[in-house]
Amino acid sequence: MKNIFKLSGKCCFRSGNISLFIVGFVLILMPGNLLPLSTCADTHGEGENKNKPLISAEQKGLDIAIEADQRDAGFGDSMVELTMILKNRHGEESIRKIRNRVLEKQDDGDRLLIIFDRPRDVKGTVFLSFTHIAGPDDQWLYLPALKRVKRISSNSKSGPFMGSEFAYEDFVSQEVKKYSYLYLRDEVLDGRDTFVVERYPGDPKSGYTRQMVWYDKQGYLIQKIDYYDRKDELLKTLTYKNYKQYIGKYWRADEMYMVNHQTGKSTRLVFKNYKFRNSFTDRDFDRNSLKRVR
Amino acid sequence: MNAGTKMALLCVLVVVFAVKGSAALELTGHAEVEGKYFLNEPMYDEQVKDSGSLSVRTELYHEWKNSLSFTLVPFYRYDNADEERTHFDIREAIFLWPRESYELSAGIGKVFWGVTEAIHLVDIINQTDWVESLDGEEKLGQPMVNLTLLTGYGTWDFFVLPYFRERTFQGSKGRLRFDPPIDTGAVYESGEKERRVDYAVRYSNTAGNWDIGVSHFNGTTREPAYLLQFDKDSNPVIVPYYEIINQTGIDLQCVTGAWLWKFEGIYRSGQDDGDFFAMDAGLEYTFSIAYLRGADIGLIAEYLYDSRKSELNTFYNDDYMIGLRIALNDVAGSEALFGLVQDFDNGSGIFLMEASRRLGDNWKGELESYIFVNAEKDALLNFLRKDDFFRLAITYYF
Repeated sequence: MKNIFKLSGKCCFRSGNISLFIVGFVLILMPGNLLPLSTCADTHGEGENKNKPLISAEQKGLDIAIEADQRDAGFGDSMVELTMILKNRHGEESIRKIRNRVLEKQDDGDRLLIIFDRPRDVKGTVFLSFTHIAGPDDQWLYLPALKRVKRISSNSKSGPFMGSEFAYEDFVSQEVKKYSYLYLRDEVLDGRDTFVVERYPGDPKSGYTRQMVWYDKQGYLIQKIDYYDRKDELLKTLTYKNYKQYIGKYWRADEMYMVNHQTGKSTRLVFKNYKFRNSFTDRDFDRNSLKRVR
Repeated sequence: MNAGTKMALLCVLVVVFAVKGSAALELTGHAEVEGKYFLNEPMYDEQVKDSGSLSVRTELYHEWKNSLSFTLVPFYRYDNADEERTHFDIREAIFLWPRESYELSAGIGKVFWGVTEAIHLVDIINQTDWVESLDGEEKLGQPMVNLTLLTGYGTWDFFVLPYFRERTFQGSKGRLRFDPPIDTGAVYESGEKERRVDYAVRYSNTAGNWDIGVSHFNGTTREPAYLLQFDKDSNPVIVPYYEIINQTGIDLQCVTGAWLWKFEGIYRSGQDDGDFFAMDAGLEYTFSIAYLRGADIGLIAEYLYDSRKSELNTFYNDDYMIGLRIALNDVAGSEALFGLVQDFDNGSGIFLMEASRRLGDNWKGELESYIFVNAEKDALLNFLRKDDFFRLAITYYF
């Protein structure tokens, strides 16, 4: 499933205050571990490999990404509460709270609903995305003060959001087709056997030249990502913590921690009360539902 | 106590009884302190130069297990200069009953239709709370019964609107008003006056990157004509006159990449000055600047047209609007908006600036300014030519 989660159109002429905040949060909703990428895994090349005893480093990198993707298919739907703790270099903290609901679609991208709870001035704002495997996503923003459902254009975003150290693309770009891959090596990370794969964003608007990803060999779960900026200098490190298994199959991290090495700022993302199989239907993710979702 | 207030109180009683012993209600809201500073001395005798104001808006929400919900939103503003701006309104007091293929709501509600930014032509269900803000986006609660049918071929909305709300106008001491002020009772075309039952229907759908809406309204117009009359002391007064109209509206929107293309058009009949067509069409483009730590920039351009010839009917008869929005995407959610609406013919227009940022988790500060440009060249804007102002507001959210 393609999780393009771009948010840019912003709000209406006068009521924009909310919008930029939203942008900040939108990204949070789509971490790879929230919105599993699944069925669109690109499996071309399998046939070729049968005749070639040696798998190229590119192919091996891609295979690892595909495997990680496929292991999370079929989760159906989920909901979770997120707390984001922003910390600046002086140690001052700001708190954000949102709730996130996802409906997996078999023949299209997932549907995503984000409900904003904190800070209070954006409470009641809701974001809806119909992600698509191909082509731009359809996205709407509900502005409770005006009762307005505003269409927003999906557009590339590389910047930080609201001072958070997460960039929009950190979440959206984990899908298989958004990168090319290069397997680097096996490595033991914190006592775990991992694959280290380098991936290169296909989007020219990306803020990164490359990312180094550590997958644990057993579950193909991402443990760590190093982000390199456009000057190819180490910018940020994202660490996944406390993976837990839900409904006997699907793994989700309890926490994600992003450190910006260049600014000294950090953002901690804490996930609570994951619930799967909520019997969500399309009706819970349509434009009309935005006005009454709580 | 008007009918709306009575209805709201009734709703509150119903809820209080129904909720007794069940889960707690959810209460949220905000309180705002604002000061308005006007650059010039007022033009009209009784006007007070600057003003201070306090407003509170709360939202009470309860949902029952069967998903029936009730929302109550009272609003109150106190203004130290303008007694007409000191007002209370039930913004919402509405039951909502959502089902798989339809939704039914009844009570006092608020509805928004449309896609454009400069003005909202198609949006006709709620009356404008004009004393609240010049952008016309603040609305009075509207008594209604609304049935929404969700079909595979789009959404149908049917409205029965049993009670009409008069537009609010500034009092004699308030700035940003006509002269003489509009403070006498309204005149209606309908013999039933505000009790005439109005009807509206709307169809809306999304097809790929297109959003479409078609609507029709039959009832008392939300936008009054203004009659010049004389009171018993032979002083001139302006009286709002509400005619019965039919209005058909279309709103279209298409998203292509970072571009949003928008169109709203209405055709209205029933007014004394003849049938007319009005539209607002334009685009919105958004991009982000990596060098500014990912700040977002939004550009808006729209063209406004109204086929009515008289300048007294609308300010937006042949105008353009350009807007620039900057969102810093920082912790404080800092944001600024600059906009200009200007007439192509005589250059009269409005320049507005609005900037805000969060102050901690629960507070927000906002600075707003309206500057009237070449106002003396426009019959309506001329009333406001000395009313350039700055507004500073601090809001607490709870």
